Amino acid sequence: MAHLLEAKNITKRFGGLTAVDNVSFHVDEGEVVALVGDNGAGKSTLIKIISGVHKPDEGEIFLNGQKIHIDSPIDAISHGIETIYQDLALAENMDVPSNIFLGRERTKKILGFINVVDHEHMSSESRKVLDRLDIRIPSLKSNIRNLSGGQRQAVAISRSIYWNAKVLIMDEPTAALGISEQKKVLELVSSLRKQGIAIIIISHQMYDVFSVADRIIVMRRGIKAGERLVKDTSTEEIVSLIVGAESVEKRSQ
Amino acid sequence: MQTETVEKKSALPELLGRNWIAIFIVLLVAFFSVVARSFFSFDTAQLIFFNGTEVFLLAIAELFVIITGGIDLSVGFVMGFATVVSSKLMVAFGNLGFSPLWSILAASAVTLLIGLVPGLVNGWLVAYLRVPAFIATFSMLGVTHGISELLTQGIPTKNLPALAGDIGNGSFMYIAPGGAISFFSRPQVARGQSVLAIVPNMVVLAFLFILLFAFILGKMKFGRHLYAIGGNIDAAIRSGINVKRDLIKAYVISSLFASLAGLSYVMKYITGKPDAGANMLLEAIAAVVIGGASMAGGSGTVGRTILGALVIAILETGLRIIGMQTFMTYILVGVILILAVIIDQVFPNRNR
Repeated sequence: MAHLLEAKNITKRFGGLTAVDNVSFHVDEGEVVALVGDNGAGKSTLIKIISGVHKPDEGEIFLNGQKIHIDSPIDAISHGIETIYQDLALAENMDVPSNIFLGRERTKKILGFINVVDHEHMSSESRKVLDRLDIRIPSLKSNIRNLSGGQRQAVAISRSIYWNAKVLIMDEPTAALGISEQKKVLELVSSLRKQGIAIIIISHQMYDVFSVADRIIVMRRGIKAGERLVKDTSTEEIVSLIVGAESVEKRSQ
Repeated sequence: MQTETVEKKSALPELLGRNWIAIFIVLLVAFFSVVARSFFSFDTAQLIFFNGTEVFLLAIAELFVIITGGIDLSVGFVMGFATVVSSKLMVAFGNLGFSPLWSILAASAVTLLIGLVPGLVNGWLVAYLRVPAFIATFSMLGVTHGISELLTQGIPTKNLPALAGDIGNGSFMYIAPGGAISFFSRPQVARGQSVLAIVPNMVVLAFLFILLFAFILGKMKFGRHLYAIGGNIDAAIRSGINVKRDLIKAYVISSLFASLAGLSYVMKYITGKPDAGANMLLEAIAAVVIGGASMAGGSGTVGRTILGALVIAILETGLRIIGMQTFMTYILVGVILILAVIIDQVFPNRNR
């Protein structure tokens, strides 16, 4: 059976620098894949290729076995590939429903021809998606700036899920959070997995990686340095792969 | 949507901080009423709105751009440009044989169309060429001022159709002593009897536009997008909002309202001159900021901006009634503007 998302032989160069060098990976429904590696290892570039920010110089991307072209972030979203960057891309001056529906506001007609933003509908839909993910936010009317870091992350995730993300890419989702909030976000990731969403997480936190991921892909200097199932590996092995202490694996093809 | 914060702990100081404009307006009215007995009247209330029409329009012009995180320094001279263009056109259409009414209507329509151009250019510079709004609109201030001066050669436009003044200084509705109601034209009554005039025409016209755009800003997608752009432009871009197009629209709306202010001026004072709105930039920006908008963008509403403009309008007319010089208004507006910002620093949650 074809993988939900599969990237084959992705290469991306910036001038003389090969940021991603012939990397292949895949992620399946209900699977969490962690992408780890030192700074500059090419994780972010790889993610940006999948999410449509960069175009690969070489390589192909398949969704359910079908080759797809991702030329822009909008293309990625239309294929159900949603990315949550570290800055979350929320409008802090607006409330929760406005952010979940940002750029895709629901409207209703009044007087038969004027489209006005339908706040009630957006609020009730937001409530539904938050409940589904078991996220508690006291008031949807709160502006994002009045929410905690974890709640903001939750809103960003809810937005992706509401718009039917099949593949969710998260860049350092716990980096800016306190301990208890980190835990909540990781729980959220687990519950997303149960709902069949494929998740790719970039993280530096070994604890996070080992607590939520099924599989770990290690990148080093643009190449895939290794791939391990969480149940078959240890923190020590992953760290040594990241820093390159072990002999470099043959590039998997 | 400017929702209230969830915290219900708002103590008295915070409540005052949030609603100080309303309180300030009451105090201002009380002050003038005490100093000048004649101040507290229906006629004065109408006069405040009549004198303040251009301030209201320019404040709304500024609001649309400030919400996006920009600023429009050109509104005053776009207004002046509109007074020159519309007055010249009224005279020209009259010379072509148009009736006074048609001259006025045609000139107004053409002026509003031409008035979109400065906004289009501003918006294009800001959105596509990434020129800072301050620079783009500051340059437009110079350009519109210069063109207006070229058109007038230093002589304010004269010989406008008398009808323009009748409309500009007329009211929407009149009630004659017997209770007879007539619209737009003052009924003939016996000497010594007074006719009750209700709502100056220009105020009606201004608020029709203001209400329409309040609806667009508060209820429609485009309005929501302006707040999103002002709040986090990157988020707006990534969420698929057509940020460039929306920015251009914001500047065009600003220009449209500045041109409306120009038309209002021409109809009221039956002349057009380049510097008609020269001193009004301060008042326009002050009204928006007093109304609680942040210069960083993402906040501000039409309703609160109107309150901000009302403060200025009351001051202007009130000071005139108690016999102060106009310059006093500038000083006080400047001081209140600073106070508004300080109050917002102290009560950062106002209006959120």
